Formats: sequence, C-alpha cells, structure tokens
Amino acid sequence: MLTLLVICFVAAFLAPLLHRLCPKYTGVLLLSAPLAMFVWLVKQIPEIMHGHPVEQTCIWVEKIGLELAFRLDGLSLLFALLISGIGMLILLYTQGYFKGHPQQGRFLMYITAFMASMLGVVFADNLLLIFIFWELTSFTSYLLIGFNHESEDARKAALQAMLVTVLGGLFLLGGLILMADAAGTWRLSELIQRGSELVAHKNYLPILILVCIGAFTKSAQFPFHFWLPNAMQAPTPASAYLHSSTMVKAGVYLLARLSPALGGTEEWMLILTTIGATTFLVGAVMALGQHVLKRLLAYTTVSALGAMIMLLGIGTDYTIKAMAVFVLAHAFYKATLFMVAGGITHETGGETSIDKLGGLRKAMPISFICALLAGLSMGGFIPFFGFVAKELWLHALDHYVLLVIATVIGGAAYVLVGLSVGLKPFVGKMPDGLRAHEIPPAMRFGPIILGAGCLALSFFLKPIGHGLIEPAASAIAGKELHVHLHLWAGFNKAFMISTGTVVLGIGLFFARNTLLGMAQKLRPITKVGPDAVYDFLLKSVLNFAGWQTRNLQNGSLRHYIRISVITTTFLVIAAFIRAGGFETFEKISPLSIRISAIGILMIFATFGTVKSESRLSSILSMGVVGFSMALLFTFFGAPDLAMTQVVIETLTVILMALAFYHLPATNHISPKKTRAIDIGVAVGFGVMITVLVLAALAVQTPTPVSDYYLEHSYKEAHGRNVVNVILVDFRALDTLGEITVLTIAALGGAALLKLRPSTRRRDVLVALPQESGGDTASTKKENPS
Amino acid sequence: MEVLLAVVIGTLYGGGLYLMMRRNLVQLIIGLGLLSHGANLLIFIAAGLRQGGAPIIAEGKKVFLTLPADPLPQALILTSIVISFAVTAFALVLFLRTYQEVGTNDLDEMKETDT
Repeated sequence: MLTLLVICFVAAFLAPLLHRLCPKYTGVLLLSAPLAMFVWLVKQIPEIMHGHPVEQTCIWVEKIGLELAFRLDGLSLLFALLISGIGMLILLYTQGYFKGHPQQGRFLMYITAFMASMLGVVFADNLLLIFIFWELTSFTSYLLIGFNHESEDARKAALQAMLVTVLGGLFLLGGLILMADAAGTWRLSELIQRGSELVAHKNYLPILILVCIGAFTKSAQFPFHFWLPNAMQAPTPASAYLHSSTMVKAGVYLLARLSPALGGTEEWMLILTTIGATTFLVGAVMALGQHVLKRLLAYTTVSALGAMIMLLGIGTDYTIKAMAVFVLAHAFYKATLFMVAGGITHETGGETSIDKLGGLRKAMPISFICALLAGLSMGGFIPFFGFVAKELWLHALDHYVLLVIATVIGGAAYVLVGLSVGLKPFVGKMPDGLRAHEIPPAMRFGPIILGAGCLALSFFLKPIGHGLIEPAASAIAGKELHVHLHLWAGFNKAFMISTGTVVLGIGLFFARNTLLGMAQKLRPITKVGPDAVYDFLLKSVLNFAGWQTRNLQNGSLRHYIRISVITTTFLVIAAFIRAGGFETFEKISPLSIRISAIGILMIFATFGTVKSESRLSSILSMGVVGFSMALLFTFFGAPDLAMTQVVIETLTVILMALAFYHLPATNHISPKKTRAIDIGVAVGFGVMITVLVLAALAVQTPTPVSDYYLEHSYKEAHGRNVVNVILVDFRALDTLGEITVLTIAALGGAALLKLRPSTRRRDVLVALPQESGGDTASTKKENPS
Repeated sequence: MEVLLAVVIGTLYGGGLYLMMRRNLVQLIIGLGLLSHGANLLIFIAAGLRQGGAPIIAEGKKVFLTLPADPLPQALILTSIVISFAVTAFALVLFLRTYQEVGTNDLDEMKETDT
C-alpha cells in the first residue's frame, strides 16, 4: 500500500519531465500509477468482504506518535476505488482537454499529487497522518483552482478555497489532538474501538464541534459552502475530480470514519442532520437560479454533500447504507456531467451558459448520450443507479417527515439540473453562430465509462451491494450490516414519493424561465451571504495588517527603538511580577565615600551628556563617565579592566571628536510632546534596569566556574593573572572571536570609507574637507577622499 | 553601595536610550556609548561586589591565600569593552558615510531605504 502510494507521488513529480519528453502521451503514461492502485484495490475486495482489513505500518516520528500507519477497510476501499478509478479517467480527459497546452505537465503534476494525497487521506490510520494528507489535498486544490493564475478571479477563488479549508483544517487538528488525548491513542482503528470512552469524555463536545468544523469546511457545508461554486474557476478536469467526486468528500469520509467513535449521540445527530439538511436545501435551491453549466453543477454538489452529511447524522443502519450507495451514484453521475460540461465549453469555443446552448445532439452525439444517462441518473429516473440510491434514501427517511419533504424539494431540483445539463444543451434549435464538434477521443473515455456506469450499475446490484456497499456501510456503522440492493421494490411509499419528485422536477424544468426570473429578483439577498462575510473578514485582516505595519514598521529608526524599549520594559516587568517580585536580600555592602563620590559623578556626567547643547561637551561628559568607570574598576580589584577602559575611552573620545568634525552642528529639535514621551520611555527603562539589578543581586548563585579558574590558573596554565589566563588560555576561542569582530569592523569601516559610488548622487554629496578624516583608529587608515 | 550603583546603571541606560531616540545622528552614537557603559557596569555589579584584591596570584605562590575579586565577569567585560569600541567605531564610519550619501543628519528624514 505504501509502495503504491509512493509511486503515485513520484509519478506526480515526474509529470513535467514526462511531458517534456513525450507531450502526446503524458496522461497515458501517468495513468499507470492509478491503474496499479486500482488493480491492487480490486484484488483486495474478497479479503475486505470477509472483514479482513489490510494493514501496513512503519515508524516515522516516534516521539509525537506519528507513524506511517495505513489501513484498508470497506470504507477506505469504496473511496479509494472511486479516487483511483475516476483519477485514471480524469488523466485521460486532461490529455485531451489540455492538448497542446504548454502547461499541461504542471497541471498533470498537481492533479496526480492531489490524487496521491487523497488516497493518503482514505488509507491513513493515524490521526496526524490523516491531517497531513488532508492539508496536502487543500494545498493541491489551491494550486489547481489557481491554475489559470493570470486570471484575477481564479487567484481569488483559489485563495478563498485555501483559506476556508485550511482554517477548517486548523480546527480539525485541534479536534484530532483532543481526541487522541481523550482516547489515549493516535491510531484511528484503536480509537474507533474506544468510542464509548470518547463519548463519555468531558471534552466530547469540543472534539465533535472542532472535527465537524474541519469536515464542514472541506465538504462545503453551510455556511462554508460558498467557496465551492467559486472554485469552478479551476479547469474542468480539476472541477470534475476534486470539486465533485473526491476532495469535497473528504469531510464526509472523515465523519463517516469517525462515526463509530463519535456518532450515535444526540449532539452528533443534531449537528450533522441540521447542517446537512440545510446545506442540501440551500444548495438545491441556489442551483435553480444558475445558468452557468459548472456553477449549476457545483451547487448541486454542495447539496449532495449536505445530503450525505444528513444521512450520516441520522445514523440508522438504513441511512448509512443509503449514504454509501449515494456516494457511489453521485460520483458516477456528477463526474460524467462535469466532463460533458467541460467538453461542451471546450468544443463550442468557451460557451458556459446553458441558455445560449441548444441543438448540440447532432454535433456531439456521444456527449449527448453520456450526459443524458448521467442526467437521468441524477434525477433518479428508473432504472438508473441514481434511482436505487434515491429509493433507499427515501426508505431510510421513513419516519422523518420534514426530511422527506426536504428530499422531495431537493430531489425535484436534481431532476431539473439533471435535465438542464443532460438534455437542454442538446435538444431544440441550435442558436445562430454556435459551432461545435464532438470531443476528442481522449476526452471520451471518462464520460462514456462513467455515463454507462450510471445505468449499468443497476444491473449488478448484487455484487456491488455485497462487495462494496456492505463492507463500507459496516465500517461506518462499526458493526456488521447486510446490504441487499433492489432495483424494484414494489409500489411502496418510497416509490410513490420518488415518482412524485420526478414529476415535480419535470414540471420545474419546463417552468425554468420563470424560476430564473425569480432568482434574478432574489439575487440581492446573496450579497449578505457568507461570501460577503468572507470578503469582509479578509478585508479586515488586510486592513489590520496594513495599519499594524504602518504604525509599527514606519521606517523610522527612532520609532523602532521606542517600540523595542517599551516592549522590553513591559515584558520584563510582567515576568518580574509573575516571578514574585523582590526577594529579601541581606548583604548590602556599606556605602564608602569614594565610591559614592564616583557614582554621583557618573550620574551627573550622564545628565551632562544628555543635556549638553554642544557636541564637544557631550563627548567630554561621556568621557567622564568612561573614566569614572575605570576608577570603579580599580576599587573593585579589576586593574586590567581599568587599564583597558582608560585606553579605549581615550580612543573613543578622540575618534568621535574627529568624526563629528565632519558632521554638521545643526540640531534637530523634536516637538515637546515627543521629547516628553521619550523621557518617559527612557526613565521607565532606567527604573526597570535598576530594579532588575537589585533583584539580580538578591539571587547570588555560587561561582563554581570562577572558583575553577582561580584554582587552576597557575597549576595548569602557568599564569598568575587569572583574568588574562581566562582570556588567552581557558577561553582563547572566545578571544579569537573577539579579534575577528574587531577585524571585521575595521575592514567594514575601511570599505565604507574607500568605496564610493562613481558619479551617481554626487550632487547630494556634501562637500568634505579633503584631508584626512574619520579613520577607524583600530586600523589607522587614511581617509582616501 | 549596590543600590547607588544600580541607580547609576539605570541612569546610564535611561540616558543612553533617550539620546538614541533623538533625531541627530551624533546623539545616536553618544547614546550607544552610554548604553555600553551601562551594560558593562551591569555585568560587573550583577556578579556581586567583592572588595578583595585583584585576581592575580602573588609572586612565589601557586594559589590564592585570600579570596580575590571574581575573575569571570572581568574577563567578560574586557571582551565587551573592546567589542563595544569596535561597534562604536564602525557605527561612526557608517553614519558619517550615510550623512555624506543622504545629505542629512536628521534621522526623521531617513525613512526611505532608497535615498
């Protein structure tokens, strides 16, 4: 299983290369990866049927409980077959759709990578692993929707889909972590066994809500449904694959997978059924007002996903079976319709509105038949597979009158959409100026196989029921279920309702123009929908980011210093208070007169430096501070420091005096208010440091390092001056670093002085005295100008 | 004693930062100098004041007879003094060149990177 998955990923990354080598057969060559997967999956059916899941595990990151654990059971099998099976057809379809397109390799790479990720989602048996693949599907979906990146709409839609699904992914991650924590395992299969523990756990509701948000965003449930119709900006092969039959079902898959662990409670039923039913109706009703082929289909996809969630939420044996059948039926007819829709647009030179299409049956007979088969299956006409699904569905909803009514309304909308896409473009008169021809052979495989399947599946109900639906439904229910599918169950209630739905739908089909007119009038309502909320939120975030950047990073150095200082002050104070403030500190050395005198001198000198109007006196005051420091060092037994300090201070004062000679004496006075603020900030920081020093003194730690140096200085390094020994012997490497810093500073200084822009900006150069000037002292270089 | 020196350190930091927030390049550099003085003194004080002799072993002895001043902060500060000198020197040259290129010594007029 792992090998096959890796092959799929490798194939994805080989796609651009393959496309360069043999552009005509890239799709066909890539096909081998999903084909191998498909064949392997089919071979596993007998084992799975008997309730023996296939497992494979290897360790990845042990510490965080991440292992490459894969498990194939009935539910995974159903999804994996759809993913790899439809994936093959989509690759072929892409071959025709993007014929001669220079970016075909890139598209194939994205879509194959998506396929591998999606397979990963359904195989993964580890919560973290499932999350990784989950995010990969979001990411590849982003790339696919934004494939036509020259188009602003495509970029916007891609970003929207990404933000919504990834944000949901974040919620999901939270839910998964809580869940693993509650159940004590990262293994999905073990977790399912511990369902009762999870349900009784105190975090059950948060887990459920977080996981649901993750699944609902991915599966475009109300109120997150808006990204899916917008995602129709993607090229049709991607729409047909990701946004109808696979990726959007990841949320459904996840909830179905977790249904034995989290399901069966009132909260589960309430959340899933309400959201599912709402989405089902909203999607169906919104679809009525659409005339663009792909958007029309997108809204019914939203609706279908809602139906799956609804059926899952009810959670009886019947609804679970109905859901599994519906997943299969939906994948077949929706992928077909999308492929035909893409074909129509492709072959008519970009026509997307069904109102401007008609009479294509002669030009595109194959498409017509496929579309009609799929459309009828979608509408639930007998004897198509969609009919079987709908029959089972209505039967399962027996006691829920409200949901039955919803199903009738939604079902009628499906009939309308099925006929609008499957029939409307092909019959009637061909509008003037519309030219069309049949889709190329590579694009035919998909619609023909899947379209035929919409009908053919009805005649293999027994093997499908036993081989696919039964294991899948058993996995969802967490117990063994028996599935017997019937095409004809007699004139029962479900059949009556189903027939009524079809009749209603046909009626709606003929009244479509009236419906569209009504939809036009209702359009303003959508302006306040979730889409608008999304736009508003996105705009707010951007505005906030802009405001923050303008205020925090305005390019002024002084501003940066101010902000850093204020932040540091507050953080330190907060940490100080949290740590419990002062400890009592006992040993305070007595105040000696000479040291006090120096201390007070330093304080005055500092104020002198700050207050001084002239630069020279400022520098001199600073020199006073430096020399006072040297004196302090001598009193506290640090003669080396004192010497160094005196030398360096002298050099610094000379250097500054030299350099400032070249700088103008003009002073720029800030407004009083700014100065007051700066004084406040500086005083605050000064006080903070004072307090910090006192606090640090209170916690005297033992000095084992120093003691070691004192002890071994002469014995091992043969030096009497311990400070020197530390610098040149014990910590010689640090001193090497120090010398390097000096060298770099010297080199940098020299380079800055030597290197001049040739003639550019000479105009702003301020006239410089031509003789020697500010040299870096450490290098004693002459100013070359 | 410690309290007084702590106040000295606080004053050095406050004064240094105040100067760094002024508009003039010259003041920025002087502020930087005050700040490094403050930092050096901080390391010195924070290790604890010990008015023992210098950490130098007397001629003819192999170990200390009385506990001298702590050598470790001294070694640290020695390094620090030299490096702050390097930084100050480099900053000086940098600002000098900046002034020559940009034509102003007013930090408020140096907001754009492409001047």
